[in-house]
Amino acid sequence: MLALERRAERSVAAAILSPLIAVVLTLVTMAALFAILGHSPLAALKVYFLDPLTDAYSLQEIAVKATPLTMIAVGLSLCYLANVWNIGAEGQFLIGAVCGSWLAIKTQGTDVGAWVLPAMLVLGALGGALWALIPAVAKVRFGASEILTSLMLVYVADLLLDYLARGPWRDPNGFNFPTSVDFDPVATVPTLIEGSRLHAGALIALVVVAAAWLVLGRTIKGFEIRVVGAAPRAARFAGFDAQRLAVLTFLVSGALAGLAGIIEVAGPVGHLQPNFSPGYGFTAIIVAFLGRLNPVGILIAALFLALTFIGGEGAQISMKLPLDLTRVFQGILLFYVLACDSLILYRIRFVSSRKVAADGAR
Amino acid sequence: MATAMSDTGSPPSGTPLLQAVGITKRFGTFVANDHIDLDLWPREIHALLGENGAGKSTLVKIIYGLMQPNEGELRRLGRPVTLNGPAAARALGVGMVFQHFSLFENLTVAENVALGLSGEEPFAAMSARLADVSRQYGLPLDPRREVWRLSVGERQRIEIVRALMQDPKLLILDEPTAVLTPQEADQLFVVLGRLRSEGRAILYISHKLDEVKRLCDTATILRGGKKIATCNPKQETAASLARMMVGADVGEVRAGAQRKTGNPRLVVRDLTLEPDDPHGTRLAGISLEVRGGEIVGIAGVAGNGQDELFGALSGERLAPGAGDVVIDGHAAGDLGITQRRKLGAAFVPEERLGHGTAPRMTLSENALLTGHANGMVQHGFVRRLLALATVDRATKAFDVRKAKRDPEAVSLSGGNLQKFVVGREILREPGVLVVSQPTWGVDAGAAATIRQALIDLAGRGAAVLVISQDLDELKEIADRIAVMFSGRLSEPVEAPQATRETLGLLMGGSRAKEASHAGA
Repeated sequence: MLALERRAERSVAAAILSPLIAVVLTLVTMAALFAILGHSPLAALKVYFLDPLTDAYSLQEIAVKATPLTMIAVGLSLCYLANVWNIGAEGQFLIGAVCGSWLAIKTQGTDVGAWVLPAMLVLGALGGALWALIPAVAKVRFGASEILTSLMLVYVADLLLDYLARGPWRDPNGFNFPTSVDFDPVATVPTLIEGSRLHAGALIALVVVAAAWLVLGRTIKGFEIRVVGAAPRAARFAGFDAQRLAVLTFLVSGALAGLAGIIEVAGPVGHLQPNFSPGYGFTAIIVAFLGRLNPVGILIAALFLALTFIGGEGAQISMKLPLDLTRVFQGILLFYVLACDSLILYRIRFVSSRKVAADGAR
Repeated sequence: MATAMSDTGSPPSGTPLLQAVGITKRFGTFVANDHIDLDLWPREIHALLGENGAGKSTLVKIIYGLMQPNEGELRRLGRPVTLNGPAAARALGVGMVFQHFSLFENLTVAENVALGLSGEEPFAAMSARLADVSRQYGLPLDPRREVWRLSVGERQRIEIVRALMQDPKLLILDEPTAVLTPQEADQLFVVLGRLRSEGRAILYISHKLDEVKRLCDTATILRGGKKIATCNPKQETAASLARMMVGADVGEVRAGAQRKTGNPRLVVRDLTLEPDDPHGTRLAGISLEVRGGEIVGIAGVAGNGQDELFGALSGERLAPGAGDVVIDGHAAGDLGITQRRKLGAAFVPEERLGHGTAPRMTLSENALLTGHANGMVQHGFVRRLLALATVDRATKAFDVRKAKRDPEAVSLSGGNLQKFVVGREILREPGVLVVSQPTWGVDAGAAATIRQALIDLAGRGAAVLVISQDLDELKEIADRIAVMFSGRLSEPVEAPQATRETLGLLMGGSRAKEASHAGA
């Protein structure tokens, strides 16, 4: 029988190895799935994970998809470190896109000037933050589970976006397609390389990573976040207010998700439309944990998860594999990441079942 | 106290139901049980008396099979037995009711009981038997009710009924009245009397003298891991029991340096505070004054409001009135812990790991935990070198032994971590220091270092308040000692006048008048 035994000290080796073991286990599981679906596991894995790395277009696409994932996941990591469970980043992402888009749509076709894009980014961040404030206040004031409230608000945000894009904000000259007008050039995030989709949002994501690293590692606020999450009673002894911090981390993660949302519509998408997000807000949860809630780790994890989006598209085209397989992959990965994390604090030991029964009888 | 070795009334003939012979249990160099003998007879309520740390829990764990002794043996009806687990103890007819209940809040009474039994019995039959047993013993319980709906007293009934359903010959109760109201305690005593009349043996662990005198036929007194005496508590006075429990024969002389005491630096005025958790103790009208250059000790058995008082003094819980707590002349009752630190106060909680330190964080991060109030942060950024320097200074001044310069708090031994935690606060040169159980579970060398540091700090003019269950410690370092019982604080007595008997009686809940009479 297997038993988990608590380690005296946190294992550094296991802390580094755990996400890698999780990735390997996921690949093995996926290979089995491919085989069940009647494909050569090796060929499918190659299409999924190697082919996207071999041409410049796919590499740029990986960076484009990693941008929102990174920004959202960094915000989520602050929440999770502080033991606050914001599951609704997808909703904050969508609301950020809606709020920023409002300005772009209202000023479309007028000659307003270069302040539009910065103002849109600010509105996007504000919108996401306010959307995140709802579950935060419900938690602090009424003790409502933020896991449920933040998740449920995702569907509210989704329907609101749907209504706006199909209703009041629909492009009158858009042949009844449920999209807004295309944003003016001044309301669009500039691309970094002429003719590519790689945009300035990627740089903002890098700045976010650097800022989060600085805050977590060097400032008292970052310390506060880590103590409140790791040892609540010691945090209270230190004079840190867990309630206020819950609200703050919700606000910051909501703002980052909202910012990512407006960058996404004002960048690669170029207009507001329903379903413009392939679930970035949910995938970012996996990114946050795979990246060990560390900003640099999150950057790496975001690139990896972005790879699965691109690989999934490739597999759909070349092997007729369903796109949902990407979701399956991401779910399995999160499962293994959380399971492998136990190895950091526990070691696996084999014990006879007799001993277990004796201990269990206590 | 060989004179206290009185007869147990009329000893039953034959062999005891269960016998512990020469039980010795060591943890490293620490001897928790030192050759303890204990005879448990049917039809007898046997008290196991002693202060915290006297070795009661260890002995009981050995009798219930949770621990194995290093030396000595258990005998059942004269035959040696080995108990390699609680299941073996239960099979021999030993039942136990723990002080901390192990119940699942969201399950019903019957489901909880079913989980504790071996499980061959059908649930419906077990449920009916549960109702029978609870009715029979006057321990009313509704098997279908969820545990979270029940009071603490009712939860204890579940544990007792669960033990009784296995028809134990010996029932062990660990401080059963610690969580009960006086009325609930009275009901419990009726039940225990009934169990005795059925011919069962009961081992009753307590430090409440009145209770033991009232209820028990025999008392075995432990102190410092040794058996001091076995006596009939009904023939003893509360004073004589207290003397045996706390040990009047240990160093009565107080070798404290004469210090000049100055103005009051920590003042508590009529502090009344409702507990924030249902098992907490209500603080009732506590008043206290600690002058500069003085060490005041607060004695008392754990759970009488010491934790709540510490929280109210530190600012982890705010007092109802700003003037309830005054630090160096500033009304601080409504200030949080950081503001109180900025007024020059420092605090050392009882729990080193998880309260005084974040276990999985490094020492320098733990220095920051309290140091951020006093200059360890600049423009929001942590001055990491300053934090690290604090670790180095505490290491040097308090001889903190550790494997590397800045390890995780959890990797240090208890004594070394305690030296770090105390050092961290004392190095800030506080004007007021409140410290709870400063040497709890700490080796003798570290304890001496810590006590000396507290005396030196007071010598430099600080007001020091020490909350401790260790009377020897308080006698050694405190100038005045007050006793906490049931959320109330007695008038402090000058330490030289505070005899162990007086304090012991106050700790057991006897009134001050009776206590001072016994101490005279």
